[in-house]
This record gives sequence, C-alpha cells and structure tokens, in this order.
Amino acid sequence: MFEKKHEMLRKLAREFAEKELEPIADEAEKNAGYPGELWHKAAKYGFGGITIPKEYGGTGGDYKSLAIVVEEFCKKDAAASSLLMSNSLSGAPYLYYGNEEQKQKYLKPMVLGEKIGAFALTEPGAGSDSGATQTTCLWDEAQGCYILNGRKCFITMGPICDYAVVFAKSNLEAKGTRGISAFIVEADWEGFSHGKPEEKMGMHASVTSDLVFNNVKVPKENLLGEEGEGFKIAMGILDAGRVTVASQGLGIAAGCLDLAVAYSKERVQFGKPICKLQDVAFKLADMATEIQATRLLVYDAADKLDKHQRVTMQAAMAKYKAGELCNSVAYKALQIHGGYGYMQDYAIERMTRAARLVSIYEGTSEIQKLVISGHLLK
Amino acid sequence: MKILVCVKQVPNTNEVKINPKTGTLIRDGVESILNPDDDNALEAALQIKDKNEGTNVTVISMGPPQAADVLIECMAKGADDAILLSSRAFGGADTWATSNTIAGAIRKIADYDIIFAGRQAIDGDTAQVGPQIAERLGIPQVTYVEEVLKCEDGKLTVKRQLEDGYEMIEIPTPCLLTAVKELNTPRYMSVKGIYDACEREITVWNETDIPVSPDEIGINASPTKVYRSFTPKPKGRGMMVEGTPKEAAAKVTEELKKKHFL
Ligand SMILES: Cc1cc2nc3c(=O)[nH]c(=O)nc-3n(C[C@H](O)[C@H](O)[C@H](O)COP(=O)(O)OP(=O)(O)OC[C@H]3O[C@@H](n4cnc5c(N)ncnc54)[C@H](O)[C@@H]3O)c2cc1C
Ligand SMILES: Cc1cc2nc3c(=O)[nH]c(=O)nc-3n(C[C@H](O)[C@H](O)[C@H](O)COP(=O)(O)OP(=O)(O)OC[C@H]3O[C@@H](n4cnc5c(N)ncnc54)[C@H](O)[C@@H]3O)c2cc1C
Repeated sequence: MFEKKHEMLRKLAREFAEKELEPIADEAEKNAGYPGELWHKAAKYGFGGITIPKEYGGTGGDYKSLAIVVEEFCKKDAAASSLLMSNSLSGAPYLYYGNEEQKQKYLKPMVLGEKIGAFALTEPGAGSDSGATQTTCLWDEAQGCYILNGRKCFITMGPICDYAVVFAKSNLEAKGTRGISAFIVEADWEGFSHGKPEEKMGMHASVTSDLVFNNVKVPKENLLGEEGEGFKIAMGILDAGRVTVASQGLGIAAGCLDLAVAYSKERVQFGKPICKLQDVAFKLADMATEIQATRLLVYDAADKLDKHQRVTMQAAMAKYKAGELCNSVAYKALQIHGGYGYMQDYAIERMTRAARLVSIYEGTSEIQKLVISGHLLK
Repeated sequence: MKILVCVKQVPNTNEVKINPKTGTLIRDGVESILNPDDDNALEAALQIKDKNEGTNVTVISMGPPQAADVLIECMAKGADDAILLSSRAFGGADTWATSNTIAGAIRKIADYDIIFAGRQAIDGDTAQVGPQIAERLGIPQVTYVEEVLKCEDGKLTVKRQLEDGYEMIEIPTPCLLTAVKELNTPRYMSVKGIYDACEREITVWNETDIPVSPDEIGINASPTKVYRSFTPKPKGRGMMVEGTPKEAAAKVTEELKKKHFL
C-alpha cells in the first residue's frame, strides 16, 4: 500500500514532530495556542496543503500521506493536527465545492499559512443532529445580499479564524435538510463576532469558540456550491474528515504506547524496572496489538479514499475504533505511570485529556455505529 | 553558479551495536542515513542557491544502488540533480580509490564553481575524502568551514574552525569546502519536495561513464585494508545543562525527579 514517498513523508513528519512539536507541546497547552511562527513553518514545509492541488499552493498528494503526517504529529502532540486542518475540514469544502475564484481567494492563503479557516456546522441545538440548524442566511432583495443570523458553537479555530464556512438555512420553506446552504463568511465583516475561547478539558492548543452572527451581509458570490446544497457539502467531506480524525486517534494511541514503554523501562520498583513485571509487559503487548489492528483499519480506509471507492462505512469504522482505542490505550499508559501519570509534568497526562475528544467530535462513536449499522441493515 | 555536493549514505551509528565476540558492527536492520556533515554541506549549497537565482545544486554519491535513497532525500530538500556512482568495480574502495572515483565524475561534469563535502563520514571517520578530491582536481580547498561569509563572482570568503579560534579565508573558485556541523541547521525535506523527488530520475554512472582507469578504482586500487575495527566501551552519556545557575539547577532537579531520585 505504501510507496517510497510515503516512507519519506513519515520520516519528515516524525522529524518535524520531534524537533518542532514535542519541545513546545506543554507550553502550547498552557498558552492555549501555537506561536505564529509554527503555523508559518508548517506551511513552509508543505503540511498545510498535503492533499490540496498545486494550483492552490499544495502538493496534490493522497490521503495516505495526510494520514501518515497526522499520525506522526499526534504521537508527540495530539493538538497539532489542527495545524493540518486546511487539508480537511477547513479546506475541503472549497476544494470540492468552491469555484475557481473562491479557491484562489480562500483556500490558497490557508494552505500557505497566511490565513486560518474554520468549519462551522454545530450549534447549541444541533450537534449530532446537524440538520436541525437554526442559523439563517436569507436573501434580501432590497440590499442585494444574504443576511446571516445565528450562533455556531464548539468551532475549532473559532477564536482566531479569518473566515469560516458557515452552514445555515437559506430557505425556510424547504423540507428537512434541503433548505441548508453553505456560505463563506469573513471574520472582519460587520456583525461577525468570535466567542470567548472555551476552557476545555484538553487540546488547549487547538482553540475553540462560538461564532456569532448578527445581521452579517453575505454577498452572493460567497455562496459555496448551490443553494440548498449545504447539507450535502457537510456530509460530502465527512468521509475524508473521519479518516483524518481516525489517524489522530491512532497517533495519540501510538504516542501513549511510546510513553508507557519508555517509562516502564525507567521506573524501578521492587528492585527491577516495572516492565519486567508480567502484568505491565502484557498491558504493553495488548496496547501494541490493538494499535496495529487499528492502523490497518485506518490506512485501508485512506487507501480506498485514494482509489475513489466509497468508504462511508470503512471511514466510520476507523473513526469509531480509533476514537475508542486512544482512550483505552491512554488509560492503560497512564496506569503504568502510576501517580506520576496524574501530574502535569508528564506528557501522558496531556495526551489522556486530549484522547477524550476523539470519540466525540466529527461524529460521536454512537453516530459512527449508527452509520455502520445503517450500512449493514440496509 | 553551479555547486556540487558530495554525500555519503552511512549506517545510523546511534543505532549500531557492536558484536562483542567479533568486534564488528551489527548492521542488520540498522537504518541508513545521509551522513550528518553532508547534510550541513547540502544546506550551505541550498542557502547559496536561495540567495542567487539560477544556481544549480547537484549531489553526487558513490555507493551501492540503495544509496539512491540519500540522493532522493537531498532532492526532496531542494537539490536540482543527482548522480549516483555505482558499480561492482567501485566496491571495497578505501579513501584513495573513493576520491579518485568521485574526482573522475567531477572531471566529467567539468563545469562547477564550488564543491562541498562533509568534514567526515560517521562510519569511516577519516575526513580524507574531501581534501583528496580537491588535490586530485588541483583546486584550492578550505576544511572545517563553519560559515560562508561572502559569495562573490570568482571568490568566496569563509570562516574556518580551529580548535582555539578561527581563520577568515578568501578563496578563489572553483574550490572545495568541507562542512562542519556548526555551519548551519539543515532544513527538512518538504512535502512537495518528496513528491517531486520521487518522480525524478537519478543519473547512474559506472566506471565506463567517467574518465578513470580501471586500476585506480575499487578494492584493487585501495592500499588501505581495515584489519580490525572496534569501539571502545562507551562511557555513560553525560548531559549538558545550559542557562543561568538558577535555570540549570531547576533543570537538574527536574531530571532527577523524572528519574525518581528526588
Ligand atoms: C473540542 C471540540 C471541537 C469541535 N470542533 C468543531 C468544528 O470545528 N466545527 C463543528 O461544526 N463542530 C465542532 N465540534 C462539535 C462536535 O462535532 C459535536 O460536539 C459533536 O458532533 C456532538 O454533538 P453534541 O456535542 O451536540 O452532542 P449531542 O449530539 O448532544 O450528543 C450527546 C450524546 O448523545 C448521543 N447521541 C446523539 N444522537 C444519537 C443517536 N442518534 N443515537 C445514539 N446516540 C446519540 C451522542 O453520541 C452523545 O453521546 C467540536 C466539538 C468539540 C468538543
Ligand atoms: C570502520 C571503517 C574504517 C575505515 N578506515 C579506513 C581507513 O583508515 N583508511 C581508508 O582509506 N579507508 C577506510 N575505510 C573505508 C572508507 O570508509 C571508505 O573509503 C569511504 O568510502 C570514504 O571514507 P570515509 O568514510 O572515511 O569518508 P570521509 O573522508 O570521512 O568523508 C568526508 C566527506 O567526503 C565525502 N564522501 C565520502 N565518501 C563518499 C562517497 N562514497 N560518495 C560521495 N561522497 C563521499 C562526503 O562529503 C563526506 O562527508 C574505513 C571504513 C570503515 C567502515
């Protein structure tokens, strides 16, 4: 499945994670954000546009490449996948549904690390049930533009985004999700405000907030795709998005295992390193086995994406499995650290808090099971 | 400007273990890497390229077919072209035969302004190949270059590292410089660089492609035979703590805590 370029990418991503991410991971967690230079550095080496075509500043690479980079970054710093968002949630809507002008104006600057984008679907009353959106963006003939009103919540990069793809109802009469459209909304337009950054359990370096819209004027050319296509767009990029989040879970799990292996060799109790205790060693064996099984699931889904096969079920399986796995592995790895693992001086503490998110966002584990069982029973 | 960089693929000696019975290196499963000093040499060339439009950087390596890996890596960092000198006839070469082969290839290339080499390779460790290439080509050389100060038409000004100081040297081109690790911080490969490099061709030359005579290459032209090689028992690895006394003390306590001594 892997070619020479994939091996080299893994080497590059591993080196970048070891030298640029790991040393600042704790600080970024405390400061709740990455320094601007890191965004630029990541973009300079091409991480912002792994899967984005050359015309828009990227490489035009495959999803296996993205999965590899996400895995390697997250081994060292779970939140660092936010540096790669232009490849997935933030960028994909433009790539697959935007027109040439929109791609040049909004996608390219994200890929080059000049601007930060966001994907705004979730609302206080519309989480798993994302079709229940209350935000409206209605055409105003008199003013010659759409008028956007409403509130989105839990938006990654919300506090610092320069623009966002916002899903809103543009037709109040249409049934179900057919009235939803996608709009590109710039943060410095009147009536747009960023909510206060959320104080989260983990992943502090990846910032999150509400986005609030109060009579924001959205020009016609900022409609993304066709009117009424919004829900289709949101769902259309989900498969690739889920494979990316699955890679994140995989990376976190693999990183936790690395920490547990290293710690268990160093910590001496009862006169020998604790890795010599069979219970500890067997925990490590279980973790490694589960991780490898999940890795195959994740890269199989990525490979199918690259071959343009339908992967909705495989992507849901990979996301479900990896989201749960990183939690169980983090739990065991922290257990191996004993009391030290509960202290913030140890990376396992940060990784464990981060892991908790993976089974929740971009579709909870339960929603993945809904997708999987739906495929089995159709 | 045209710059040539000589690069060697070496086993990652951080990972190499010695077989205590035979005293030889256990190379099985050990990753091969670009020789670290050569990474600095390449970076110096790429920095000149960044500042001088139209500069071409060509990397050259002598080695078995898999040495192409380090050449692809160099292209993924920004080298324009790569030449692999590979043939059974080159095998078993000592530094004398190695430098003869590489110098032969450079004579064939003919047109160049600067040749960069690393100071030394981490496996052979002789630090002879660079200087020998310069001697064979009859061009001036500066070893232990820690900074390229000026790069003008027809001459360079470089800073040469000494044990207890440094020299500032002006040197006409074409010339050869050997790089030490203090010269720069090598860049990473880039995503785009990797994709492009994997699509590109590497030129492979054997003994019939370059102007060398068969009795000047390979094992038969190698007066040096490595009789035995061994690594002295390693001392425990120390750790350097930098910063003000207060910072240093904090770091030391942190480390001791991590090891559960405190
Ligand atoms: C840190 C963070 C970052 C985020 N970033 C973004 C972002 O950038 N953009 C964005 O649009 N959203 C984002 N989200 C939102 C995220 O996608 C939602 O939180 C998620 O989809 C779940 O929605 P909810 O929180 O409303 O939970 P709910 O939908 O209220 O779910 C509550 C519980 O009910 C279960 N449940 C719900 N429906 C079903 C069902 N049909 N069957 C079985 N169980 C069900 C769920 O699995 C869950 O356990 C982010 C969230 C977080 C925490
Ligand atoms: C343990 C060991 C001991 C050895 N001892 C000796 C010895 O004492 N005498 C001897 O003559 N040979 C010796 N050899 C053989 C020697 O390694 C080879 O001749 C080798 O090709 C060049 O020498 P070096 O590795 O010392 O390179 P160095 O001279 O240390 O390398 C300096 C620079 O020259 C360039 N360079 C070196 N080799 C190549 C290459 N193949 N392709 C492109 N550029 C290159 C690189 O820029 C490199 O940084 C030894 C080998 C080993 C493994």
